[in-house]
Amino acid sequence: MAARQTRWLRFSSPPRFYDLAGRLAPGFAVLAGLCFIAGLYTALVQAPPDYRQGESYRILFIHVPAAWISMFLYVLMAGYAAIGLVWRIRTAEVMAKAMAPTGALFTFLALWTGALWGRPTWGAYWVWDARLTSELILLFLYLGFIALHAAIEDRQRAANAGAVLALAGVVNVPVIYFSVTWWNTLHQGVTIRVTSAPSMDAVMVLALALMTLACWMYAIAVVLWRARLELLEREWRSDWVAQRLGGGT
Amino acid sequence: MKTLAAAFLSLLTRDLTLALRRRQDALVVLGFFVVVVSLFPLGVGPDPQLLRSMAPGVLWVSALLATLLSLERLFSEDGRDGTLEQLLLSPWPLPLLVLAKVLAHWLVTGLPLALVSPLLGLQLGLEPGEMGVLLMALLLGTPVLSLVGGIGAALTLGLRSGGVLIALLILPLYVPALVLGAGAVDAALYATSPGAHLSLLGALLLLTLLLAPWATAAALRIMLD
Repeated sequence: MAARQTRWLRFSSPPRFYDLAGRLAPGFAVLAGLCFIAGLYTALVQAPPDYRQGESYRILFIHVPAAWISMFLYVLMAGYAAIGLVWRIRTAEVMAKAMAPTGALFTFLALWTGALWGRPTWGAYWVWDARLTSELILLFLYLGFIALHAAIEDRQRAANAGAVLALAGVVNVPVIYFSVTWWNTLHQGVTIRVTSAPSMDAVMVLALALMTLACWMYAIAVVLWRARLELLEREWRSDWVAQRLGGGT
Repeated sequence: MKTLAAAFLSLLTRDLTLALRRRQDALVVLGFFVVVVSLFPLGVGPDPQLLRSMAPGVLWVSALLATLLSLERLFSEDGRDGTLEQLLLSPWPLPLLVLAKVLAHWLVTGLPLALVSPLLGLQLGLEPGEMGVLLMALLLGTPVLSLVGGIGAALTLGLRSGGVLIALLILPLYVPALVLGAGAVDAALYATSPGAHLSLLGALLLLTLLLAPWATAAALRIMLD
């Protein structure tokens, strides 16, 4: 047990993480590309049109993965931030910071595609639906995290402060979701809901799975790349950076 | 244990004394609240029915903004003159000291906001019973605003753009209090029982009371590191 733990902890050392991420990121990027091509082909060509929504439902193939990842990444980010805060592991702090822009991007994407989908389906770009509203608040939480990082010059302090904020946010996310659902059901007599289709075509499920995989691979690749750069910026004085970039001092 | 309570009380009385010596700080917040609420009818028109139905949201959002305005002062002056560092060095648990400061902040800003709100409710056409619910909701909700706001005030301590940043950090976290608080008054407006909302708001207060002082203390330690 102890041996396995130390073996995993090896990757928390910045140079090892830098090397590993450098080797893994291109692989994930290639996987993302392949999955995107396969997923888009399945989603746009092979999947049949929906009997109620026609062709417009196809935007869900990007909307659903984006919404899913946006929420999952926030929890993951808070997890890494907590690890960084408690055990003072720098690579975890860097990972948390690297996830925020990707998370914000996916949140925005989910909102944007949701609006585009909502127009033909609900007849409005924006509805104060519980899910939409909590997704919007999630975007604000991401932006707050990014803004706090940007406002504090000392990187160590920024990482710790960001971690406290991310943890405060992650405790709040279920409360926000609950309260917004509560608010929505009380304010409006009838709410428009994303009714789950009774049964999805197998091709649709396949397309959704491929697109989800593609988005995940993309997210992982981009986060690893960003974490590498962040690590370089944070540790530019240290020997391992000089060794790897070849610019000996 | 007696000394722990004494430390808590002495910090509380110190903050209250300071606030009473400079009354204008608290009064400005109160004035802001009153002015913002009074501007809404000018913006949306004097239709009593519309104003009545908007009253819960208007009063709550104004209370939120007024609290936000007062948050920056929660730690900044003590941070500047070194008092905060002395508090960090003191043998007493920091979350408790934070709680004393937040309590003082609430007594100076949140409580007056809640107490003056029925008057503004009157302006917007609320009935006496509804104003009672409004008062209850604000009495339960404004401590949540002060407690959660403490985290934001600590995280932006000493930053140049602190005042603007704190809004972005804290306002999303205020959503549950806003929804439940305005919802309670809304429920009273439509002649249903506000009990569920008020109970949940109370639960939220207990949860924040439990967690926020620790988060604020951690943030203070980070920012004064």
